[in-house]
Amino acid sequence: MNFQGYRRPDGRAGTRNHVLVIPSVGCSQGTAQAIAQGLKGAVYLPNISGCGQVGEDRTLVKKTLVGFGTNPNVFAVLVVGNGCEQLSPEEIEKGIVPTGKRVKVIVIQEVGGTKKTVALGKRIVKEMCEEAARLIREPIPLSDLILGTECGGSDYTSGLASNPAVGAACDLLVAEGGTVILSETPELIGAEHLLAKRARTPEMGNQVLDAVAWWESKAMVSGEDIRKANPAPGNIAGGITTLEEKSLGCIYKAGTSPLEEVITYASHPTRKGLVFMDTPAHDIEQLTGMVAGGVQIVVFTTGRGNPLGTPIAPVIKITGNRDTYHKMRDNIDIDVDKVLQGKETVTEAGKRIFEEVISVASGKITKAEKLGQRDFCIFKMNINI
Amino acid sequence: MGSKIKVIVINEKDNVAIALKPLNAGTKVSVKVQGRIEKMKLLSDIPMGHKFALRDMEEEGAVIKYGEPIGQSTAKISRGEHVHIHNLVSQPRGRSR
Repeated sequence: MNFQGYRRPDGRAGTRNHVLVIPSVGCSQGTAQAIAQGLKGAVYLPNISGCGQVGEDRTLVKKTLVGFGTNPNVFAVLVVGNGCEQLSPEEIEKGIVPTGKRVKVIVIQEVGGTKKTVALGKRIVKEMCEEAARLIREPIPLSDLILGTECGGSDYTSGLASNPAVGAACDLLVAEGGTVILSETPELIGAEHLLAKRARTPEMGNQVLDAVAWWESKAMVSGEDIRKANPAPGNIAGGITTLEEKSLGCIYKAGTSPLEEVITYASHPTRKGLVFMDTPAHDIEQLTGMVAGGVQIVVFTTGRGNPLGTPIAPVIKITGNRDTYHKMRDNIDIDVDKVLQGKETVTEAGKRIFEEVISVASGKITKAEKLGQRDFCIFKMNINI
Repeated sequence: MGSKIKVIVINEKDNVAIALKPLNAGTKVSVKVQGRIEKMKLLSDIPMGHKFALRDMEEEGAVIKYGEPIGQSTAKISRGEHVHIHNLVSQPRGRSR
């Protein structure tokens, strides 16, 4: 089966055709925003990092920014630097060049102030947007799709309806040769043994268990019991008592496929099928990591309701909570509450979600896109220096 | 009204059921457990989406939902009683590999 997408010079395919303005440092964020503002087809990345991160954090920032630039949902990139930052805009550019897409750098200190940089940036981006608009969608096999999964604002309906239905949709995509990313390591606690059992090799199963152990010990070192911070108050009001309970409901959304690979934050999968990315449970950091890893589309389940989106990948919101659907219709794309009423099977709901994934991949605009939700936050391990 | 599903048991190993609507203490519910319909009376008010015990549980017993342990009881729990943060906690460390 196919979706209608944009083929890129590196062979990958996009579900969107954005021109992306990347501030290589927080200092150029405002300028980058001003450049993209009002230009149809252009989006900017609300990045505040790029200076002050050292060691592994610097690596993560660079990897994430480069990952957004190389993501196939992006047609061309303008990197906006300030001029004295630790992570130079040229480093970002260098990471994007191998994809064969157009990438340019402008630097505020060199151009001479914000106004001149905005004017120059707008000229460049406008031209990129005009070029992007000439590209047309073509049939792309679903095997080229990497679908990200996420659940935020879970309640009892998440584990009963929306996550199992998304899981059924994921199984359909994997059957088509596509890729599905499951993540949110801290929300695997209590269910990690089930995922580990599905790993292709015992070593990979251990990678899953090690990832969970890392998060638990990291939290312990900071004096926090992860199980006291999660579930959140809204989860508890919604009927979820313990983290294990939340996790067991969570992993349904990955379907039943064997686990093919375990990857680190913002890394690209090298295998198709179900892949686990080790990320925080923080929704925006998690979404950011998956999109940097090449995800072109996201399915996001919620019980209590959630407005989040990403700057370049469409996010489809799914709820099994009827009240939430009716209260937050401007945020939620799909309602699967009939599963709870026994009027629709999980398989049927999963097929509906799968069809929506194909429609959205082919250009249908999601609620989060309509609302202009462009949430972005890079995972950091340590303090800024 | 009577035909509408009020409660659900996810897995046959589970010792808790979920209320699909708010249910008052004293409500009689029919629960399908391991293919059999069991009738029972709720001992507490159960908010929508919350759990109640399908059978009596000892203190420090495993609470099972989705066919897997979701934590342990901190008190004796009677059949039909609300199971939530007042009588259920996360399991301590030591999950085996």
